Amino acid sequence: MESRRNPRAVVDPKVRQVGFFTSSTQQQPDPISSTSASSPPLSTISPSGNSLSPVMIPPPLHNSSDTFPLRAAAAGAAASAVSPSSFSYSIRRDFPDGSTTASPGRHSRGSFVKSSVPVASSLPGIGMDSMAAAKSSSVPASGLTTVSVVTMPPGLSEKASGMEVQSDQKKPLKEKTTKAERRAIQEAQRAAKAAAKADGGKVPPVTSASVASTSVKAAKPAKATSQKNDVTVAAGAAEKKGGPSEKDRKKDAPHPRMQYDDESRVVKAKRRAVVKQTEAKNRVELFRHLPQYEHGTQLPDLETKFFQLDPMHPAVYKVGLQYLSGDISGGNARCIAMLQAFQEVVKDYSTPPEKSLNRDMTAKISSYVSFLIECRPLSISMGNAIRFVKNRIAKLPITLSESEAKAALQSDIERFINDKIIGADTVIVKHAVTKIRDGDVLLTYGSPTAVEMVLLHAHELRKKFRVLVVDSRPMLEGQLLLRRLIKRGINCTYTHINAISYIMHEVTKVFLGASSVLSNGTVYSRVGTACVAMVANAFRVPVLVCCEAYKFHERVQLNSICSNELGDPNAISKVHGREDINYLDGLTNNANLQFLNLMYDATPSDYISMIITDYGMVPPTSVPVIVREYQKEHLLV
Amino acid sequence: MDFQVVILAGGFSSNLVPLVSKEVPKALLPVANRPVLSYVLDLLESNNLKDLIVVVEGEDAALKVGGWISSACVDRLHVEVAAVAENVGTAGALRAIAHHLTAKDILIVSGDIVSDIPPGAVAATHRRHDAAVTVMLCAQPVSGPSESGGSGGKDKTKKPACDDIIGLDSLKQFLLYIAKGAEIKKDTRVKKSILCAAGKMEIRSDLMDSHIYAFKRSVLQEVLDQKPAFRSLKEDVLPYLVRTQLRSEIFSDQNNVEENGNGNGKNNMQNNEVVLSQILSNASLPSFHQVYESGLDSRKTHKCCVYIADESKYFVRLNSIQAFMDVNRDVIGDANHLSGYSFSAHHNIVHPSAELGSKTTVGPHCMLGEGSQVGDKCSVKRSVIGRHCRIGSNVKIVNSVVMDHATIGDGCSIQGSVICSNAQLQERVTLRDCQVEAGYVVCAGSEHKGEIFARK
Repeated sequence: MESRRNPRAVVDPKVRQVGFFTSSTQQQPDPISSTSASSPPLSTISPSGNSLSPVMIPPPLHNSSDTFPLRAAAAGAAASAVSPSSFSYSIRRDFPDGSTTASPGRHSRGSFVKSSVPVASSLPGIGMDSMAAAKSSSVPASGLTTVSVVTMPPGLSEKASGMEVQSDQKKPLKEKTTKAERRAIQEAQRAAKAAAKADGGKVPPVTSASVASTSVKAAKPAKATSQKNDVTVAAGAAEKKGGPSEKDRKKDAPHPRMQYDDESRVVKAKRRAVVKQTEAKNRVELFRHLPQYEHGTQLPDLETKFFQLDPMHPAVYKVGLQYLSGDISGGNARCIAMLQAFQEVVKDYSTPPEKSLNRDMTAKISSYVSFLIECRPLSISMGNAIRFVKNRIAKLPITLSESEAKAALQSDIERFINDKIIGADTVIVKHAVTKIRDGDVLLTYGSPTAVEMVLLHAHELRKKFRVLVVDSRPMLEGQLLLRRLIKRGINCTYTHINAISYIMHEVTKVFLGASSVLSNGTVYSRVGTACVAMVANAFRVPVLVCCEAYKFHERVQLNSICSNELGDPNAISKVHGREDINYLDGLTNNANLQFLNLMYDATPSDYISMIITDYGMVPPTSVPVIVREYQKEHLLV
Repeated sequence: MDFQVVILAGGFSSNLVPLVSKEVPKALLPVANRPVLSYVLDLLESNNLKDLIVVVEGEDAALKVGGWISSACVDRLHVEVAAVAENVGTAGALRAIAHHLTAKDILIVSGDIVSDIPPGAVAATHRRHDAAVTVMLCAQPVSGPSESGGSGGKDKTKKPACDDIIGLDSLKQFLLYIAKGAEIKKDTRVKKSILCAAGKMEIRSDLMDSHIYAFKRSVLQEVLDQKPAFRSLKEDVLPYLVRTQLRSEIFSDQNNVEENGNGNGKNNMQNNEVVLSQILSNASLPSFHQVYESGLDSRKTHKCCVYIADESKYFVRLNSIQAFMDVNRDVIGDANHLSGYSFSAHHNIVHPSAELGSKTTVGPHCMLGEGSQVGDKCSVKRSVIGRHCRIGSNVKIVNSVVMDHATIGDGCSIQGSVICSNAQLQERVTLRDCQVEAGYVVCAGSEHKGEIFARK
């Protein structure tokens, strides 16, 4: 670990100058670093943080409430005093490794299977019959006469069959033709690929157009000509099929970190996009690589296409709409909404003939995910959750019947929500409450769910404390938090981030939420968090970050430029809900004016005293350990 | 997408006498030589809605509509026609077919609209808010002929200026109040609780209800069951749902199902469920429904949403003779993308088989159907002429609709009138703002203004 950290210490100061972080000499009133100007900011971390090599972290808790008191007590005993330089994290030697965790998980899974099987087996026909029987109205029921029948593709006719006996006999015939078609398409593709290969020469045989577009790193500028050939081939194939099929969509899904300043790639991505994406014109140079669209146009366009997206599941579509319109925001809520939509998908899923559940469902999920990305870029927590779902699908034993597999998947997703999100939050609350003492003044920024739970729980325990809610435009999420806290009778102060340096005088602890914690300890969170953490650090106020472990990611990110999300530029130029206030009217289309509405920023680990997670309270330096030891387990559960 | 579409095609409409009759139900009234129902079907088909239920009042009308649909849409749409008793109203019609409704949400479209507003938008709004009912509102059309306004202009001045009074919340997402303009004489009642919860209500009279609704099926069926007196969707069901949105009597069944879970083992699960829903609801700005619900416990609410169509979209309901004239004019004029015809260089459609006499002019925004004959020295302006009409020489037709198989004698002058199919105008008849019933014969040389010709 020591050797791994050293190079970073060299790199760090250079990065500071590029990013949003102010230079270390200004920001470090810490006597240690100010005495020696050349020392990297890393040195502000206490020695205990650096000498952590044999870290032992307790095994994960699977929401089994009987272990909580034990752990909470251990944590409370170990961490009786908090200061910026001393970290405390509970160590349990009862379980040398995480091997014992399998049994509770297995047990709960079994119970889920039992409860959800009857749901899966209910047929649409039953519902209809019972409804007809239950109907009690004075008006005589009238029968339906089918006057016009369509030979529909098999996907469409599913719905109709529930209501009226419909052209079922046409189905098998249809299948055969599609099979023949598929053969023909395959032949054509193969031939086209061969031609393209002859032209380009450089393309390896496996590289089809879709592969090239998904793997950004693999593509090199030298291949430009060959790539172009491949693109035309792919387009031709899609036309033959009559529009891009679901599978194509999945393959062509934009890379999560596509570089949006690469014009050809953007054009390609746009062609397959479901959501119409008009790119904003004036973008800040430094952030050209991030997607930014005219926000006003997307929602109405997607709405009008409601019925045209055949393969889209209604639940997924609804979640996408909610992301796009901002009805759901916040890492946990977005993740839960997505997982619940996937549960619906699994529930309504039936394997098409001649396909295996594992492969087909993975493809389906992928196509849904790419739709959700178009609505709003994924958060890291969602990425982890998707990985989990896909992993579970891939690991399904082939011997399971379809209904069993579906029930298993549903319970897996349910368990992820319960254990990794809600269960984690309860553990975090138990830990964090021990840090709140009577007379504390706690500062929080934005509206983090975990912190809110902590505050509410502490209030329930009759602790006497005051909360400072710091907020920022344009989202003003803090107001929602404020409303809920005040309703519970918590003494609050509300201020905007502009006043942070003044208000920090009275604060005793800072509680922050996080969108993700990266493996170098960087906290990736709502924009403004870094500012709060730095000011707190300058005032020697401990900064505690509450973050569920499923949000951890092995990625290392040094700044908030290379990966970020751009919000609606109009949000900062206008006042929400007040159309009459428009101070920048007339300037919005000026070529010299660019709006930057960043959504996230990265707080270096130096400014974080402690991360409270479901594995205990750890210093940011221990994050890689959790990622290394438990990430695999996260995905497998 | 788990939506079922119900088209309420109605039957006979007293507003449209003498254009509609036993032979021509309202749904088959020709607009630019196509039944008005075809515009609705086209709109739905272009939105990939191919499973439709068409509800028609009266067996005969149902047979006619069904016959037309099966000839026109076979192999394109999967349409089922249901005949309901006459005069049961829209709510009654839905009650009669309620047992055929199985999807989660129901999209109800009136069969007499000519529009290009995508119905998907309503459905999407409905889903996004998880609403009980979503209403599409659109801007009040500027009716009456743009120039040479005949009776249309006069009719309009007589009519009350607005059809619907609509109350919206400050974000224009929820429907707080709806009433027909004609019903409000002096004063009206607004629910105080709704006003208090929403904080602010915007009353609009420039919007109108477009008769495209998305209903949650369970809600619709429950309301229809509970309130057997309700006859009309718009006048009874919708105001009822809007009125009771903060003290909902529906949705009672859903929670019961959840609580019936298997006993004590579920306790932990249920706790999780509560936290889960809390996280989700905390994630966004709460609507006033949620605020109200949390303020007074054990209150149930449901949402009534609106979708306000873009003003650039075209929308007309064919519910009066004036509207009929407007629609015919617009479909071959301003809103010609709806007609599905390709226009010639002169902005008109003259079927190749139509015969024109010498010195006859057919102006822009005109339509001449298949096999029609027009004599010499005629002039046709801004009019629709149906199939196989015979028109003599020296005839002037302005701003009018002539339906199939009509015969018009020499020297007639027709302005702002509707000549129904098989009607006959003898020589030198002058009509201004008249309607001639199907098969009627107008005597030679007569001169009429603003009359209705119908057999008694």
